[in-house]
Amino acid sequence: MLSARDVSHAYGSLRALDGITFTLDRGQTLAIFGPNGAGKTTLLKVLAGLIHPRHGTVQLAGGRRAIGWIGHQSQLYGPLTVVENLLFWASLYDVPAAERRTRADELIGRLGLGGQAQQQARTLSRGQAQRAAIARALVHDPSVLLLDEPFTGLDRVAAEELRRLLGELAAAGRATVLVTHNVEEGTELASDIAFMRAGRFVAFGPRAGRDAVSLAASYREAVGGG
Amino acid sequence: MADLVRHAWLVARKDLYLEFRSRTAITSALVFTALVLVVFEHGRDPTAVATIDLAPSILWVTFSFAGMLTLNRAFNAELENQALDGLLLAPISRTSLFWGKLVANLAFVAVVQITGLLLFTLFFNVPVWRVWAPLVAVMILATVGFIAVGTLFSAMVVRTRFAELMLPVLLLPFLLPPLIAAVEATVKLLGGRPLSEISGWLRLLAAYDVTFVTLATLLFPATVTE
Repeated sequence: MLSARDVSHAYGSLRALDGITFTLDRGQTLAIFGPNGAGKTTLLKVLAGLIHPRHGTVQLAGGRRAIGWIGHQSQLYGPLTVVENLLFWASLYDVPAAERRTRADELIGRLGLGGQAQQQARTLSRGQAQRAAIARALVHDPSVLLLDEPFTGLDRVAAEELRRLLGELAAAGRATVLVTHNVEEGTELASDIAFMRAGRFVAFGPRAGRDAVSLAASYREAVGGG
Repeated sequence: MADLVRHAWLVARKDLYLEFRSRTAITSALVFTALVLVVFEHGRDPTAVATIDLAPSILWVTFSFAGMLTLNRAFNAELENQALDGLLLAPISRTSLFWGKLVANLAFVAVVQITGLLLFTLFFNVPVWRVWAPLVAVMILATVGFIAVGTLFSAMVVRTRFAELMLPVLLLPFLLPPLIAAVEATVKLLGGRPLSEISGWLRLLAAYDVTFVTLATLLFPATVTE
């Protein structure tokens, strides 16, 4: 469904990605942990096609249309209401006109945004904005989710809600790549784990039932931080 | 081609709607236009220089700087919540995005120019209505190419520091040819000269439009790709 083969990229003389290779199938979630500057966001942008890598290839079934991106920025237009934002993005992804409203309403209900549907996006709290961002990312029913530090700024309850939702989406067959610097945040969701440092996967493999505590120890050993 | 036009319209419609909601750029440009015309109206000595000699320059200087004010907003709205990344990730061509932005910018500038022309007629008492059709043709031809270049530069500078200062600095050299041609053509029109005397200027403006709309369309994808 999504594969990267020997992907390398550099900003000038700074090597941001170095020989990244992996394959992700339906329902799999790859959690990539690494410190700031490790190249995690660059890798996500390469996977999304926002950056053309200097070397290597990325293959994605369905192309850009298959991607749903959730970052720590909501990509919502502040002056538009939540519904208007969803309808705009749905139309941009060629969701049939007859389905847009239904799909927007369904996501709003599912994400508990019923009270905020007609509210301008700029008035939403951080947690509400993140839920609206998730609705925006799902409005075209993507098969691959790319998550860039999606828990940043969320309180414990909102983060738990997001984890539950992402678990449901993976169970429904979506392939997910999650990048974060916090091992505790993504471990439960992951089927596969990678530790990243200086643009390289310094460890990569199935999670194999390991919990956050044991992974955090491995992470410190591999990356040198916590 | 149909997809290109449809996606461009979606982007343009969204921009128009955002501006309709916030009314920030258009209000600034309209207030600026009115203030400049009022200052020129009260700051000149009609016995020293005839109104008809001064009016075309005043009109085009006002249009040019008001146009720049509206251009600043073109990509600023996309920076909020990183919506630009969402647009670049969506399955629409970069050309659609450029044309959508161009159409929205032209609509904003048209509103400013129509209002400015009404105020200009009111303040300066020049025989605009006698030559309204060729004058509108000059306005359209002098605006399209300039706004195309401005839309391109607006995308280039939006992620830089001091973007609002950079845009006029980059844009002014490209503004000179259409500005000179527009002023010359307007002088002749308001002076009651035959249309044949402005045909050369109109051809120059048309050539500028074709050249710079084409160049801006071709260069835009490179300016928004990392």
